Amino acid sequence: MAYVAIADRDHHLHDPDTFITKYIWSQDHKVIAIQYAITAIFVGVVALVLSLLFRLQLGFPDTFNLVDPNQYYQYVTMHGMIMVIYLLTALFLGGFGNYLIPLMCGARDMVFPYMNMLSFWVYLLSVIVLLGSFFVPGGPTGAGWTLYPPQAISEGTPGIGGGIVLMLVSLAIFIVAFTMGGLNYVTTVLQARTRGMTLMRMPLAVWGIFVATILGLLAFPALLVAAVMMTLDRVVGTSFFMPEMLSLGRELDYGGGSPILFQHLFWFFGHPEVYIVALPAFGIVSDVLSVHARKNIFGYRMMVWAIVLIGALSFVVWAHHMYVSGMNPYFGFFFATTTLIIAVPTALKVYNWILTLWRGDIHLRVPMLFAIGFIFTFIHGGLTGLFLGNVTVDLPLSDTYFVVGHFHMVMGVSPVLVVFAAIYHWFPKITGRMFNETLGKVHFWLTLLGTYSIYLPMHYLGILGVPRRYYAYGDTDFIPASAQTLNSGITIAALIVAAVQIVFFVNVIWSLWRGPKADPNPWRATTLEWLTPDTPPKHGNWGPNLPEVHRWPYDYSVPGEKEDFIPQTEPPHAGVAAGRDHGVHH
Amino acid sequence: MLLAVALVLLVLASLAFHFLSPWYFTPLASNWGLIDLTVNVTFIVTGLVFVVANLFMAWCVVRYRHRAGHRADYDPENTKLETWLTVGTSIGVAVMLAPGLVVWGQFVNVPEEAAEFEAVGQQWHWSYRFPGEDGEFGNVDIRHTSPENPFGMDPDDPVGRDDILISSPIVHLPVDQPMQAWLRSKDVLHNFAVPQFRVKMDLVPGHVTYAWFTPTVVGEYEILCEELCGFAHHTMRGRVVVDERADFEAWLDSHPTYAETMERGQGDAALGQASYAYCSACHGRDGQGILSLDAPAIAGMDVEYTARQLRYYRDGVRGTHPEDAVGANMRPVMAVIPDDESILNVSAYIATMPAQTVEETIFGDVERGERIYGSCAACHGANGEGIWAVNAPALAGQNDWYLAAQLRNFRDGVRGAHPGDLYGDQMMLMADILPTDDHVDDVVAYLNTLSGGTN
Amino acid sequence: MNISVLFAALGGAILVWLFLLQRLKTKPWLEQGVIEEGGAVNAAPQRVGLWVFLAVVTSLFGLFAIVYNMRSQFPDWRPMPDPGLLWVNTGLLILASVALQRARTAVAREDLDGLKPNLMAAGILTFAFLGGQLLVWRQLISGGYYLATNPADAFFYILTALHGLHLAGGLWFWARASNTVWKGLESRPVTEVAGVRLSVTLCSVYWHYLLLVWLILFGLLLST
Repeated sequence: MAYVAIADRDHHLHDPDTFITKYIWSQDHKVIAIQYAITAIFVGVVALVLSLLFRLQLGFPDTFNLVDPNQYYQYVTMHGMIMVIYLLTALFLGGFGNYLIPLMCGARDMVFPYMNMLSFWVYLLSVIVLLGSFFVPGGPTGAGWTLYPPQAISEGTPGIGGGIVLMLVSLAIFIVAFTMGGLNYVTTVLQARTRGMTLMRMPLAVWGIFVATILGLLAFPALLVAAVMMTLDRVVGTSFFMPEMLSLGRELDYGGGSPILFQHLFWFFGHPEVYIVALPAFGIVSDVLSVHARKNIFGYRMMVWAIVLIGALSFVVWAHHMYVSGMNPYFGFFFATTTLIIAVPTALKVYNWILTLWRGDIHLRVPMLFAIGFIFTFIHGGLTGLFLGNVTVDLPLSDTYFVVGHFHMVMGVSPVLVVFAAIYHWFPKITGRMFNETLGKVHFWLTLLGTYSIYLPMHYLGILGVPRRYYAYGDTDFIPASAQTLNSGITIAALIVAAVQIVFFVNVIWSLWRGPKADPNPWRATTLEWLTPDTPPKHGNWGPNLPEVHRWPYDYSVPGEKEDFIPQTEPPHAGVAAGRDHGVHH
Repeated sequence: MLLAVALVLLVLASLAFHFLSPWYFTPLASNWGLIDLTVNVTFIVTGLVFVVANLFMAWCVVRYRHRAGHRADYDPENTKLETWLTVGTSIGVAVMLAPGLVVWGQFVNVPEEAAEFEAVGQQWHWSYRFPGEDGEFGNVDIRHTSPENPFGMDPDDPVGRDDILISSPIVHLPVDQPMQAWLRSKDVLHNFAVPQFRVKMDLVPGHVTYAWFTPTVVGEYEILCEELCGFAHHTMRGRVVVDERADFEAWLDSHPTYAETMERGQGDAALGQASYAYCSACHGRDGQGILSLDAPAIAGMDVEYTARQLRYYRDGVRGTHPEDAVGANMRPVMAVIPDDESILNVSAYIATMPAQTVEETIFGDVERGERIYGSCAACHGANGEGIWAVNAPALAGQNDWYLAAQLRNFRDGVRGAHPGDLYGDQMMLMADILPTDDHVDDVVAYLNTLSGGTN
Repeated sequence: MNISVLFAALGGAILVWLFLLQRLKTKPWLEQGVIEEGGAVNAAPQRVGLWVFLAVVTSLFGLFAIVYNMRSQFPDWRPMPDPGLLWVNTGLLILASVALQRARTAVAREDLDGLKPNLMAAGILTFAFLGGQLLVWRQLISGGYYLATNPADAFFYILTALHGLHLAGGLWFWARASNTVWKGLESRPVTEVAGVRLSVTLCSVYWHYLLLVWLILFGLLLST
């Protein structure tokens, strides 16, 4: 009684009647999720094209001449910033978070639908401001996505006019949008779960998104602080970060500031940001694995604790990005230790994913392929993280292609594989149609093999000592000619991987239009989003009555049951709980 | 099934790539073998996990694939297994972390017997300073920096008078001598990295940072800037030459102390005027340049730049490439001004000559030239006026046919490839943006429109 | 390092809270049927949302305070004078907080006569505080302390502006609540009266919080 009242209270669903209120100024979390996703994927494609342009320069320095050094650094910067913030953060939280939280928690919508709508429009504004920087004199900033001062706002760097200011303004706007969305996600999880949905009955996808949102809400202010202070340094001439310095022989009016202070602020945001992207991916992939292996996620409690623990620890490891930054070198001891400690819960998550497959009943459908591909790339990316997190090992590898290879494996390829797993997994629910399995498999194989052949070799270029962020290498004694051949190969692989994504878009568009009608629960999953009365779910999600939750989300292959899954809403029935305490093996 | 095969193949391919590919650490040339050891320990531990975890996963994918009638186990958790995995992982992590922390302790603490030098970074080149006989560095402050005092030495600090200043990106170090590198930046962040030494550290304006190492193998190594420092970041190269001690000391002695650079002055134009008579035969009495003799305008050129080029001609750094017939003409002339002093004098005289107007001979797409020049302007100035701090000469007012010829030379490696040409490699790298002669003509045509004034 | 300690403490607190209140140790596969305890937080979403928002604002001001502290260690730091007017402004903000607290008690008793004057007073006092802050800015500017003069000055302007912006945001909610109150609550439906009660309550929480932030900021400014 009380619970229905709470969850349903104050939800005067503003029922949309026109096209505009239904699809444009919509307050329905599902529509907002799709708006977020489309915008994020669009801007991600822009960033992908930028990466191809500078990859052509790196792979074939004397052949194409598509970019000059200014453009090279501008494209590298925009590629990084867009992918990390405007694609991955927005897609996982604004996209999947928006879509999944109310459905998986059994709520009718987010608790503040109007603010949720505003969040998307403000996000769109931040994207427009960001892309607008391509059209101002001097172009976008080329300071690298880390935007380190003084170089980010002094002569010799492209885009120190409008470009850097628009970048900082766009980030500030993004943070406002994120905060509006984030308040919704956290409050909805805390307050609007349906009757019987305890925290420990939430699917791991919701856990991942929930903790990632908390991280974002606490960490993005650091970026805001840095952005405000750097904007003032650039526009008004304050000296928060700017030391007394020359610029091409002229003395500037700055004095006394500390560039390292900026780095601390940036990475205090920047490291949790890694987990803001990773935790939703962890959660989503857990659910996909469990559904398609027909087996409960292994060690659910441990998985929840690991998410929370990783989230908490992520605030005390940031300076591992700064081992060679010139900060007090004694910090290295502390941060190397905390960083390697965080590897333990992360490793446990990997073990538990694999142990979920163990003794499972694995259906290798497209989402499952992507999920297993993710485990492979994440193992690789996670292990190379142990090199860079360990202060001494980082010394020769820092600022080389090893770093580029590492973070693309762990923060690029891995989350993107999860994004695809998630899209294929929930496509039937979101659209009411099935995608094409064959095209999906083609997409998977070429993406996995292609990306691995891009990033595995990069690590070895890094060990060789090839520095990152170089427009061209010229004649460098220790870089053999074969390294350039390897670079060309990497570029060709990148072109193939980019081209393969067309298969994905074709599949999505064709299936939307011609795909066979989907079953409401095609994967025979237990969680609430598959139990909606309509597919795709209508505004308000649940029809007249909210669902009531009677069990945890992983009742797959329960012994003694006829079906190999029991939906969360199924009331308990006698005689089947035997053997639940200790695993029963067939 | 296919997936399991693919996972196994990916693991095997990764191992094959690791063991068979030619791309691995450069041969170690410093004392930091321990760093390589920590890397190798990490490779062993992580490699084991990589292989075992993925092969186990591949096995699971085959063994527990869906078959009719098969059903998954119900297995919520296994506290014992999870505890063992936690303990095992923690041990693995400790095995990697412990040596890492020990070696870092060694890196942080510089040994007593270390000698010192300072590497100074600025956009986009290196210079160095040794403490001199007293073993102490004098005070520096960027407020003292000027074309005459590029290191920003404090003129009132007696300790700095014997500091030895190396105004070149090449530094020599003695073999088997622990060296502490003090790292100082004049402008933005840079990073001092020598791949063969394994260590690196950022230079931070407003702070002085350090790194230490003992060079152990005589030879020549490249210094790379590895912290993005602006659009010409990739051209910021230096060299470290590891010498036997005697060779090192001879090299060090050949460089001036701060006191000596102050006394040296900037050349005597009056004395230089006499030598100029030989130059005027080709470059014209007013230094206006003569096209038929391939001699460019030189009147009013910057002293430092002229002197540096003359020294290059004298030392065979410039004008010795087989395809540089025009440059070769300068070589015999240098017999007239064989020593540094007379070179400085004639350069000083040339600098006093009023700039001449030059005739346009090349017409290209000025608009495209302007876009290309965007990459040049950072060093040569928005108006082509040249910037001393980056060793970039003025371009405005120079003969367009000469500029075009030199740009082609840089692009084709005819000029700038000699190891003695300190900043030539920067132009070679930047000339990558001029793939065809049309590009060259366009940018030169744009240069014809520039005034050379500083706004 | 001090940031890390702060956030580790914060993270640890959240962890402990989750463990204590939300039974993270339960084995969910052993429990079936509807569990009544450990469900959704039994509070209005606006209230939960406000507390989450306060956590975000704490992070923002906390980080600014830490950066302020770090930057003030550098030798070029020239402390600002502490204008006496700030004491007056502080007094105004305290009174505003008190007035809102009284309004909150009044609305809980459904005492409309006690609500109106206190609500009005809170608004006026807050506007007076903001006006007073602007006056301080004018004093400083006429004294030659500009934004770019010294980081100490720059921090003062940023922090007061940020604090003022948060108060101004609060005033918007205050204005909405006041508007409903002044239109008369007698003829309104029950839900709307409850809405006003919630608004006034949350406004008072927010005001107390911003008062606390201000006192800490003021202390910080005085201490350097």
